[in-house]
Amino acid sequence: MTIEIRNLCKSFKDVKAVQNVNLIVESGESVALLGPNGAGKTTLVEMIEGVQYPDSGEIHILDRSWEKDENILRKQIGIALQETRFLERLTVEETLNLFASFYSLEKKRTREVIEIIQLESKRTTWVLHLSGGQRQRLALGVAILHSPQILILDEPTTGLDPNARRDLWKILENFKATGTTLILTTHYMEEAQYLCERILMMDQGKLLAEGSLKDLLDKFGEGDFIEYTIDGILPVEKVEKIPGVLNRSWDENKEVGRLTVKQISKTLPLFLQLVENSSISLTSLECRRRTLDDLFLAMSGRRLDD
Amino acid sequence: MIKILFTLILSQFKIFFREPGVVFWSFGFPLLIAWILGIAFANKGNTLHTVAVVNESQDTIYSLPEWLFEKSGADSTKYNPESGLEWQVGEFNGKQTRFRFKSMNEDEATIALKRGKISLWLMGNPAAGIKYHFDIDNTESSLTFLLLEKAFSLKSSTEPFSEIRTITMPGSRYIDFLIPGLMAMSIMNACLWGVGWSLIDLRIKKLLRRMVATPLRKSLFLVSHVLNRMILSAAELLLLYGFAYYYFGIIIQGSLLALLIVFLSGYVAFAGIAVLISCRAQNTHSGNGLINFVTLPMFVLSGIFFNYQKFPDWVTPYVELLPLTMLANSLRGIITEGISLYDVILPSIGLVGIGYVCFVLGLKFFYWH
Repeated sequence: MTIEIRNLCKSFKDVKAVQNVNLIVESGESVALLGPNGAGKTTLVEMIEGVQYPDSGEIHILDRSWEKDENILRKQIGIALQETRFLERLTVEETLNLFASFYSLEKKRTREVIEIIQLESKRTTWVLHLSGGQRQRLALGVAILHSPQILILDEPTTGLDPNARRDLWKILENFKATGTTLILTTHYMEEAQYLCERILMMDQGKLLAEGSLKDLLDKFGEGDFIEYTIDGILPVEKVEKIPGVLNRSWDENKEVGRLTVKQISKTLPLFLQLVENSSISLTSLECRRRTLDDLFLAMSGRRLDD
Repeated sequence: MIKILFTLILSQFKIFFREPGVVFWSFGFPLLIAWILGIAFANKGNTLHTVAVVNESQDTIYSLPEWLFEKSGADSTKYNPESGLEWQVGEFNGKQTRFRFKSMNEDEATIALKRGKISLWLMGNPAAGIKYHFDIDNTESSLTFLLLEKAFSLKSSTEPFSEIRTITMPGSRYIDFLIPGLMAMSIMNACLWGVGWSLIDLRIKKLLRRMVATPLRKSLFLVSHVLNRMILSAAELLLLYGFAYYYFGIIIQGSLLALLIVFLSGYVAFAGIAVLISCRAQNTHSGNGLINFVTLPMFVLSGIFFNYQKFPDWVTPYVELLPLTMLANSLRGIITEGISLYDVILPSIGLVGIGYVCFVLGLKFFYWH
């Protein structure tokens, strides 16, 4: 195994940021820590990175510990912290050269990394003049300079527009192919789904659930959703008797009804028939599959983007 | 390790020279201050003392008394109804003392005195006695009074006025006092802003924690900052001294080795203080506040622009313990008095001691994340 965490705890004054977390990450695995802001994701990964120290518990990385083997581990781990602002009046190449010198790397490696992060055209541009997406790619470049065995990225795409996010995903997808162990924190479920085979759902310092996307959806919830708004009153008892309806709910605030159904394709026509027979008009209708956000809401009462 | 140190220092140089504002405040500003103050205090030209004359008689309230026109003690007089009567008295070293007499009533004279438009106001005449009105604690007023008394007591303009010979030998001018003080201040600012502030800034930007999350040794990182600013500071001082040498003719009277030792020990002192004050600050306000808390008292007390001996006696021993005072006094001693290496050993040890203690404490409490 690459990373083993046992009974890890960390508090800040009255806030328990990480509570008794246990985790094993195997070599070459891609793991996403998914949770809303304040879930404790950053504190957990920063303890794995050796940037913060736990109050109690153990962290073993490649069978080593931060207390004894900091210098060795620093060379094995690549990290991109949340919101790092590099020196604004250094160019992309100078920034990478500076960090490369800390690992005693040749300038040839800097040129390779500039290609990997697709910043060739910005090689001589000051960091000051880079866009948010380019800065995040630079942070990724700094993290992978020394070809680490473990790559830890803390919210690498937060604040980026969808195009910039997808650009970064492509780079990471290519990098994953090299067999590097990847841990990333995010509150975007698409990012976790796209980049990682294993997802850890976290809230209030605790791991709520873990597994692949399919495992999680199968294990913690069944069915897809039909969401609707109507102009009138739908007979509740008739709705609940529609074959395939597992659950029915009504959001008083948003005035949105939701049916949890086994199969949308079988239940939807029956639902539409009922609406028509009841002489009620539908003002909106949305059918969708269950997502991690639904799962997270069911488990924690919060949404991922809270 | 040398390669890492070189790369770090080179990067910091690039950042420094790519910030035109920082380059100006580091190199240009001390030169500007030296030039402005040097000129302001060195080249005053003729001295003019403006005096209000209050006539006791209501009939002649807005006319100057006749005895003033008799120019018994003046070399020459010049009258202009707008500006008043001007006396020119004595000449030394190409400069003359001039008095301008203006007729006013008592209320006007009092207001003019408050506004600093006149040095004093007077009533009466030499025969019956002159009454001078001014604040005895005001140096300018007191000087005007003494000069006027002398001028009025002269029986004729041919009677010799006291002769003053100005001392212009190297080391005794105000600029000679000022330049070593500016050098000391420059070292202090280079360390506290150049090292201290830049460390705080790196912490605020979370770059400090990113740097130490690499195999880079923390001490090497700090040393690179100190060395980078030391090189820049040496360049700043050379430029300042070069300007002072060519523009004001300031020559270093003492030993260059002593100067180097004092520079290095002063740098160690303030680099240590910089590390200590930057060890915990995590935002701009506390960083600025801490640096100002350290620099401002020394800036005022340490005799950079004016001699601290003017402060009350009980303050002086404490002022002399301030690192900026030790540094400025040592630099002044070497540059203007030519004191020996032996004379600066004690203050240099004191400065290194302060720097060492502060550096060790700073490193102990340094917040890297």
